[in-house]
Amino acid sequence: MAEPTPDIHRTIDAVWRIESPKLIASLARMVRDVGLAEDLAQDALVVALERWPAEGIPDNPGAWLMTAAKRRGIDLLRRETLLERKHEELGRDVTARQEQAVSDLDRALDDDVGDDLLRLIFTACHPVLSREARLALTLRMLGGLTTDEIARAFLVPEATLAQRIVRAKRTLAEARVPFEIPRGEDRAARLSSVLEVIYLIFNEGYTATAGDDWMRPALCEEALRLGRVLAELAPQELEVHGLVALMEIQASRLKARTGASGEPILLLDQNRALWDQLLIRRGLAALAKAEKPGGGSGPYTLQAAIAACHARARTPDQTDWARIASLYAELARVSPSPVVELNRAVAVAMASGPAAGLALVEALASEPSLKDYHLLPSVRGDLLAKLGRNSEARAEFERAASLARNARERELLLGRARACARD
Amino acid sequence: MRVMMIVKANEETEAGVMPSEESLSTMGKYNEELMKAGVLLDLGGLKPTSKGARVKFSEGKPTVVDGPFTESKELVGGYWIVQVKSLEEAIEWARRAPAPHGPHKDAEIEIRPFYELEDFEQALVELGPGEHSEAIERMRERGKILSEGNK
Repeated sequence: MAEPTPDIHRTIDAVWRIESPKLIASLARMVRDVGLAEDLAQDALVVALERWPAEGIPDNPGAWLMTAAKRRGIDLLRRETLLERKHEELGRDVTARQEQAVSDLDRALDDDVGDDLLRLIFTACHPVLSREARLALTLRMLGGLTTDEIARAFLVPEATLAQRIVRAKRTLAEARVPFEIPRGEDRAARLSSVLEVIYLIFNEGYTATAGDDWMRPALCEEALRLGRVLAELAPQELEVHGLVALMEIQASRLKARTGASGEPILLLDQNRALWDQLLIRRGLAALAKAEKPGGGSGPYTLQAAIAACHARARTPDQTDWARIASLYAELARVSPSPVVELNRAVAVAMASGPAAGLALVEALASEPSLKDYHLLPSVRGDLLAKLGRNSEARAEFERAASLARNARERELLLGRARACARD
Repeated sequence: MRVMMIVKANEETEAGVMPSEESLSTMGKYNEELMKAGVLLDLGGLKPTSKGARVKFSEGKPTVVDGPFTESKELVGGYWIVQVKSLEEAIEWARRAPAPHGPHKDAEIEIRPFYELEDFEQALVELGPGEHSEAIERMRERGKILSEGNK
């Protein structure tokens, strides 16, 4: 407490993280413009940063920020009369009841803002926006992340990211995207856009090997948090639980999946004692919700079920490969892709022997999208080697090495090629 | 970061007095708020120490002591585990909690971040490069032994 200023800024940052999604969501309902709502909330934050270090943190910081944002909104709208109708709405809302405004706001914030938050999520992930814009806007408005943090996470200059957010807000306003929870036919497609955004954020943190070490795990945590929030807001959507289950189980392996010098460690070679049992338990619980009657067949739930097979196995040889193979078959049916098919081949090989797996791999040989995918020859080489067809295996490993983009991986594949030559 | 928010016991919790219906519902609402914010990983309440025991080690040798234990303000009554961005965020969440032993009563929530792998790596920065990775390996081994012990 010797230096109060840095402490209070960290505290304000924490308050912001807790309060800003609710604040933006409530403001967006009032002004019917998500971009404006976010600007108003940011303005309130600026006022807080000016005043709280001197005055201390108010007892109810959420209500304080809301009042500041509304005042700012009224000022702004008075000056810019172009939004006249909104002006009236806001004006009525506050000036007529100015004295009790604060207590009303307390109540407004205590009210279940869940629907507003859900509207905000759907709006930030609206298909009218580019994928990058959806990611940036979601992290900014729902994650309470700063532009700088998001820029560091995506390895782009802060100015570029700021521009992306400005353009996204403008796009939403120009397209007159209504602030609502989609219903009917629209809902499934819109929901899958939301799930896609959350999983992309997760994978940005999970799969990338470059970038800011601090922000990468933060992205995984942020995606998990958003998923958990969404599961609370829309518990009837079973596929949301599937996505949460998938992320919880994948995140449980974060500490086990890289070695001491940062090299990736494959699933079957990981030290399972380093898997996070709390996250596994949460993942399995979420999966149970996703697999309730009527669910269980969505792509996220199926991937979570596969991840759960690994999570339940104490040792790699206890893995239920037959179940994994049948889950991949189901996944290939609901969301067909050559990569899924290749994974299925691996599972079939583990369950029923290399020859059965190889038959599936051969069927993918002419798949154009896998032409430059090093894992295809790598898997093929592995199965051929298991069948004792060493010279064919060696050629496959060499081909895989020539396609691998990562030096360490290339070294590993060339090593396997050499081993085939020796035998 | 993962943080444990620990509620300290008091005479009433140690006596096994159940919280009032009102306290339970206020606490339930708060727990729901933590869940809706996506930060809650786990929570639990502990029975009084009269239902528990201690295994004490004197000069390395274990002896068993049955509860109850007297220093009630130092005992753990319950906990939340939250996933947050900073210690300050956990503090802000704890400030928003209802007074744990009911309104107008004294209580304490202790906030303790978990060790993460990064903490060990950070502490090892001063070591030479060779010693560094070796020491991390040792830490990993230790982590492995600890978590295997937990199985």
